[in-house]
Amino acid sequence: MNSGAKQLPPERLVELYRTMVLSRYLDERVWLLNRQGKAAIAASAQGHEAAQVACVEATEPSKDHYLIYYRQFTAMLALGTEPEEMLRGFLAKEREPMSGARQFPLHGAHPRVDLFNFSNVIATQLPQAAGVALADKLRGSDAVTIVFFGDGASSQGDTHEAMNFAGIHRLPLVFFCENNRYAISVPISKQMAVDSVAGRAVGYGFPGVLVDGTDVQAVYEATSAAVEKARAGDGPSLIEASVERMLPHTTDDDHTRYRSAADIDQMSGRDPVKIMSDLLRKRDLISELENETLHSEAKQRVNLATDTVDAEAYPATEAMFDQVTGESWRDS
Amino acid sequence: MSEQTVIEAVRDSMRSEMQRDASVILLGQDVGKRGGVFLATDGFVEEFGEHRVIDTPLAESSICGIALGAAVNGMRPLAEIQFADFLWPAINQLVGEAARVRYGTNGAKTAPMTIRVPYGGGVRGGLYHSQSVEALLAHTPGISVVAPATPYDAKGLLSSAIRTDDPVVVLEHKRTYRLVKGEVPSEDYTVPIGKAEVKRPGSEMTIVSYGLMLHYALQAAETASLNGVDAEVLDLRTLRPLDEDAIVESVSRTGKALIVQEDTPAVSVSSEVAAIIGARCFFDLDGPITRLGPPEIPAMPFSPLQEAAFMPSPEKIFSAIMKLAEL
Amino acid sequence: MTFQIELPHVGESVTEAVVGKWLKSPGDSVEKYDPIVEVVTDKVNMDVPSPASGTITKILVAEGDTVLMGSVIAEMELASEQSEDVSESTDQAAPLIGQSPPASRIGTLVQGANVGPTGGEFLDASLTFSEPKLSSAGQAKTPVPRPRKKGFSPLVARLAAQHDIDLNTLVGTGLGGRVTKKDVLTAVKLVTEGADGNMSVDDDVLDPTPIRRMIAERMIKSASEIPHAWSAIEVDVSGLVQWRAEKKMRFEEVNGFRLTYLPITLSTVAGALRLHPRINSSWVDGKIVLKRAINVGVAVASDDGLLVPVIHDAADASVFEVARKLNGLLGQVRRGKMTLENAQGGTFTLNNTGTLGSIWGGAIINYPQAAILTTETITKRPVVVVDGDVDSIVIRSMMNICLSFDHRIIDGAEASEFMQSVKTGLESIDGSFDAGDMG
Repeated sequence: MNSGAKQLPPERLVELYRTMVLSRYLDERVWLLNRQGKAAIAASAQGHEAAQVACVEATEPSKDHYLIYYRQFTAMLALGTEPEEMLRGFLAKEREPMSGARQFPLHGAHPRVDLFNFSNVIATQLPQAAGVALADKLRGSDAVTIVFFGDGASSQGDTHEAMNFAGIHRLPLVFFCENNRYAISVPISKQMAVDSVAGRAVGYGFPGVLVDGTDVQAVYEATSAAVEKARAGDGPSLIEASVERMLPHTTDDDHTRYRSAADIDQMSGRDPVKIMSDLLRKRDLISELENETLHSEAKQRVNLATDTVDAEAYPATEAMFDQVTGESWRDS
Repeated sequence: MSEQTVIEAVRDSMRSEMQRDASVILLGQDVGKRGGVFLATDGFVEEFGEHRVIDTPLAESSICGIALGAAVNGMRPLAEIQFADFLWPAINQLVGEAARVRYGTNGAKTAPMTIRVPYGGGVRGGLYHSQSVEALLAHTPGISVVAPATPYDAKGLLSSAIRTDDPVVVLEHKRTYRLVKGEVPSEDYTVPIGKAEVKRPGSEMTIVSYGLMLHYALQAAETASLNGVDAEVLDLRTLRPLDEDAIVESVSRTGKALIVQEDTPAVSVSSEVAAIIGARCFFDLDGPITRLGPPEIPAMPFSPLQEAAFMPSPEKIFSAIMKLAEL
Repeated sequence: MTFQIELPHVGESVTEAVVGKWLKSPGDSVEKYDPIVEVVTDKVNMDVPSPASGTITKILVAEGDTVLMGSVIAEMELASEQSEDVSESTDQAAPLIGQSPPASRIGTLVQGANVGPTGGEFLDASLTFSEPKLSSAGQAKTPVPRPRKKGFSPLVARLAAQHDIDLNTLVGTGLGGRVTKKDVLTAVKLVTEGADGNMSVDDDVLDPTPIRRMIAERMIKSASEIPHAWSAIEVDVSGLVQWRAEKKMRFEEVNGFRLTYLPITLSTVAGALRLHPRINSSWVDGKIVLKRAINVGVAVASDDGLLVPVIHDAADASVFEVARKLNGLLGQVRRGKMTLENAQGGTFTLNNTGTLGSIWGGAIINYPQAAILTTETITKRPVVVVDGDVDSIVIRSMMNICLSFDHRIIDGAEASEFMQSVKTGLESIDGSFDAGDMG
């Protein structure tokens, strides 16, 4: 470990763990809601929790910008999104904050937290993020933009174009790739001829680093370094966090069709919630009772949120005509 | 002969075309081991091997571009764009490049490629898994665009598309994949591209439609007949080139036209059909050419009440039929 | 011109026939209706009549061949004057035969089949995804724009010009009084029939009123589409006559109008319809629709023509209630104010032709119903009554009732059973008959 590297203070470790546990319970609940016919679609972040909380922890949510994609459950919670708000997305209810439930869950833009998830088309957010960072640079702001994406997105032309531009203009941008080795069913070997996404950064003139995405400290360190560099005006970085996608691609997928039983089983050894729990216990940062309490509070929080949102109404049909253009657009 | 769903008929066509012609290769995301997210290519990589069933990286523009290159060099690629909503990154390779190969080389090169694109809504697909994309495609000289609605037509048109020496886009409405079941012959056969078909003969008006809306139109026409209105239903089947003669023959005989479409109406396939009818059936019209489609908002909202309000339905079509009949 | 002779369709479920002896040879001249060939089907042996006058030119099938109905069996050269009315003029409204695939190839919708948003099988709990049920007529709630001025559609203008029809003389049956394609074609038909050369200068040519035109259209439709069959029986209404004689004065005092036989026969018929639902039906698009409601219409002569006000749910009302309702309806008719509601929804029609002295009637079914019943005049007749071994002659009040019925839906046996129910109902009326609250 780099002696100058930032260390996560112990009390922050427990808080990050709290967020991860809440994310895990909410994640499981949403999957269940899908099987009940209430949530049409969900993509799980199980396996990604550590990478997301640690990344956000290294940034400054009061000033920085976040462009996310459909798997950023935990990051959203870490940034201050409420479980009710997320459930409104999954259950398509009236007061859904990011798109009025016009979009898939978690898509749109949050009114309170500075995160964008404009569309469901893969990798479109990378050039968009470059644009956001460009504006900050031109303004002389010291805000940093973090753009999240998966290994699948790294194959899109948009990714190349975004990284190229960011490198040329030394944009205050952090490319954060959560590599879970599967783009739906296509394994990493069919997505790239190299071993890691991070290695491509050299082609764009900025550093790329591969970290263990289940290691909160490692991700925190790498992200801190990248954010510091960007904030200082020294240009972008690419961080690749290796994680496991513990569940299938979405609730519409069945990963037993293309992953062997052994491959699926070995993932439990890289469960970040368990790894974090073991680490906290080992370092005596949390007692068994405190752990139990933390878990039960998270469960209750999820139950409360589910009950609240389940009882709410769907958006009215008249509302769908609003915001097409600046004026309300109605056909005849 | 057997009863098949649309997805089974699509699978049947691809399998028999691949067995028949070794130059047919498949490429797309998840088409290999996964068998496709709709299971369209289930079992194919086992039967035909990885060199003919290629799992591509997540990169639509290059899926089309690579297919084009292979097509120009002796293969018959059958590419899949996983959802029509993701076609847009590939538009340049399709509309700007593939559509212009024959023309731009004065016939020296042709691109015998087929692109299958699941499209359409009513599946809680939100803004990015529900779109209809045919308007831009049907506008493009140099390609053909087909939209089968029945299992029989799905197998026949896909086979025709694969055997065609120019680019063909096959739009398959994802809702019909499991919803529609019908008779499909087990032997090879083709359905001609460019030919519409009267699915229900009638005398008082012609309902022109395609895709999932064809089935809704048939349901509405059935109810209308119980209420004394005899409507003919014409399935376009091909969106480019449109079967002008079939449209004209039907409407000049019935005297009234109702065009039903899931895509938003402005500057769309239904606009073109209306123009054809206006130009060639003017003196045979006993009522205004009527178009039924969703409101002009981005297709389509995720929440259930708004999605239902957006989509045309058998009730809405029935209402339109009765209004037109009353005139 | 060459004309193809097809094997005609005969018999409901018969699709083919075996060719028997040819009665004509190529070169033979034939008159319309001359038999030209014998054919054998499993229902009937018959001679195929020549569809036109002319000369047989070709025989296309041989004796012993099995031939599908509708297929061409011979060719002839038409005698010239006939080419007009023999040529198969395609009805403007008939679709091109053989153009549509069979229903099995169009496919059916699988109930409960779902696709998730991105390919799975999500079953939405918030909406039922089974295909929506359609309610019947009257969906359009928003008012339809009325034609702003008296304009004619391009089709109407073209047809009028083609057939030399003055559009200003037509009454439009379309929305807002628009002259429709149908209106023009109807006018064309009337003109061609009238201009048959049968008229002389002394003849009075009347312009039928719109109602009469509608009646005419309806009659043509009924007569041409519905295969009519008839059945009749005698009913001993002596008990009914006596009952009515006993009740009529009191009824008239209480209600202010005369008690006729009509409410009683109507109620009895309604009750019989309940027992024989097939009589209360309609042939629609190849299906038999059994109407749940029993709404009996009564044919009434008016200044405008034949009107048929309807008693809705006739089987649920008592005889006296029916009498009052009928009186109300007849009043409307007399004042020329029959409402649309009272004219619609009829499932069966009763025609009291007996009031004018008729003893037998073969009415035309009120399209699209399945049957119509006439009640003929009540006459005192000598009838034979059997008591054990002893026959005797008595004088009884007898009334014939005659049923015209749709033979696609109703067979002779069913018709007779229905008639028996009506007969039994009417013959069971005696002093104890309960006709409800007199008022």
